[in-house]
Amino acid sequence: MLRYFATRLLTFVPTFIGVTLISFAFIRVLPGDPIIVMAGERGLSEERYAELTRQFGFDRPIYVQFWDYLLGVLQGDLGQSFVTKKPVWDEFFTLFPATLELSFCAMIIAVVLGLPAGVLAAVRRGKLLDRVLMSSALVGYSMPIFWWALLLIIVFSGNLQWTPVSGRIDLIYYFPDPTGFMLYDALASGQQGAFASALRHLVLPAIVLGTIPLAVIARQTRSAMLEVLGEDYIRTARAKGLSPARINGIHALRNALIPVVTVIGLSVGTLLAGAILTETIFSWPGIGKWMVDSIFRRDYPVVQGGLLLIAVMVMVVNLTVDVLYGVINPKIRTR
Amino acid sequence: MSSDATVPRKEGAPERPGLLREFWYYFRENRGAVFGLWIFAAFAFCAAFAPYLVLHDPTEQFREHFLQPPVWQDGGDWLFPLGTDPLGRDIASRLIAGARLSFFVGVVVVAVAASGGILIGLLAGFAPKWLDAIIMRIMDIILAFPSLLLALVLVTILGPSLVNAMIAIAIVLQPHYVRLTRASVLAERQKDYVTAARVVGASRLRLMVVTVLPNCLAPIIVQGALSFSTAILDAAALGFLGMGAQPPTPEWGTMLAEAREFILRAWWVVTLPGLAILVSVLAINLMGDGLRDALDPRLKRS
Repeated sequence: MLRYFATRLLTFVPTFIGVTLISFAFIRVLPGDPIIVMAGERGLSEERYAELTRQFGFDRPIYVQFWDYLLGVLQGDLGQSFVTKKPVWDEFFTLFPATLELSFCAMIIAVVLGLPAGVLAAVRRGKLLDRVLMSSALVGYSMPIFWWALLLIIVFSGNLQWTPVSGRIDLIYYFPDPTGFMLYDALASGQQGAFASALRHLVLPAIVLGTIPLAVIARQTRSAMLEVLGEDYIRTARAKGLSPARINGIHALRNALIPVVTVIGLSVGTLLAGAILTETIFSWPGIGKWMVDSIFRRDYPVVQGGLLLIAVMVMVVNLTVDVLYGVINPKIRTR
Repeated sequence: MSSDATVPRKEGAPERPGLLREFWYYFRENRGAVFGLWIFAAFAFCAAFAPYLVLHDPTEQFREHFLQPPVWQDGGDWLFPLGTDPLGRDIASRLIAGARLSFFVGVVVVAVAASGGILIGLLAGFAPKWLDAIIMRIMDIILAFPSLLLALVLVTILGPSLVNAMIAIAIVLQPHYVRLTRASVLAERQKDYVTAARVVGASRLRLMVVTVLPNCLAPIIVQGALSFSTAILDAAALGFLGMGAQPPTPEWGTMLAEAREFILRAWWVVTLPGLAILVSVLAINLMGDGLRDALDPRLKRS
């Protein structure tokens, strides 16, 4: 058991260093002189250029530069944005709650609809319901979500006028946001209608972002359930005369959940990739939109730092999922 | 699947008879997959003969026909069967030309990602432990980044264009092939036929390419279908974000991006390119499911 955790942790270290190396290299492989890129100023005089070279440490050997960068990263120093002049680290964690809130709601939609859909499809295997559910899941899985978002905007914001097109809350509401989670802050502010407004802003982006995980979870649940339903202990449970609901809901689903939970955990990367598109379309002020905006503004320290932070986050979540998986499923540990 | 690679066989002797027929037998059972295959065939046909199928030059602007609706709506006519875009270009012609681009993206990305990935995966599977560990850590590093984000950053470095988007997507997709190939190689290497081939004196290269590789292909083919659709989706997403194909290229994602501000005025400029993406990706995924069922020996007998 300990050995499993230890080896899994050990592979984390080189991957972390590699990811840091990539983000370190990013600024240096951009077209153009990295110093001019980093300075973000035009028409540098020669003295200023030399000064900047020293300031950024470009006059030192490359491995010393990398070592310094790595030490900085470990202390949370990722440089500062050209545009806002604020530390990248602070910007990231100011915007992160918005992405977390959106992703969390998307995941709730995906799990709450995806699990029952998968179970129903497995139980009614080959029947009409199974085919309808699985065809819909495949459509969802193949969906270009940026188009899906536009379609939902046409219908719900354009024709029906039910939801706003962008942002997190109507501008008439103003309150301090101590947590950064709009739903919670709106509720805590006690202002009439603030929570409803926040919710209306959240619904469409959450649906869009949840679509692909929903389809993946439904498909995964179905196949895991089918595998489990063929097991001997299910037959035993049936022979004992348990009700189908009890067999499917408790005996089968519980064992089918292990692979499903893994899929849910491992879809964090997918979710963040989806957040880039979703946040851009709905002007949702999270890290996905922040990254895209920074790329267009050529705010390279932000791109560099954001890239690193997002990758490290995905790695930590994957590590946690792996470790938890080892705890739930003893078979994997002994491998 | 057992192999007869160690049995001497004449050059150019026919493949095991019935392999293809067996595959088709199982593939045909999945009606969705056959349906997907038909749509994919239509998609490939559009791609191959795009220049002969279009009514107008896809970039030609008809200044009297801005945002003209499709033929079945009031104000539409047969000159522009699916209407025109905000610059007066024929949408039907642009969609057909876009099919060619998307198909091209899929083929090139899968070819590059698969050939590179298979090569590296084979190497990792046969390499000494330390080299294998290094290769796999590098793949872990690439996989740690959300695919679209890494592709975006690569395009930032290379400069936005369709070719660079294709390179970026191929790099992002390639680790999946490495992992798959390596896993299959490690499983196959244990088997008796490989030991037999080694005892007979097959060189390492022969072991890798002739003995082991053919028996690892089934999951790779399935992955090929899946990444074909991912490539189309990601290229469209990059185009949509303005980092893929540049206007006036009739790429589906780029068309969507150009049409965004007109979504509430002219539904067809937004709906049709997205529908084209969805239908082609869906068809390929249907086919991929069928391929998996037909090629995976574990599921065959169930």
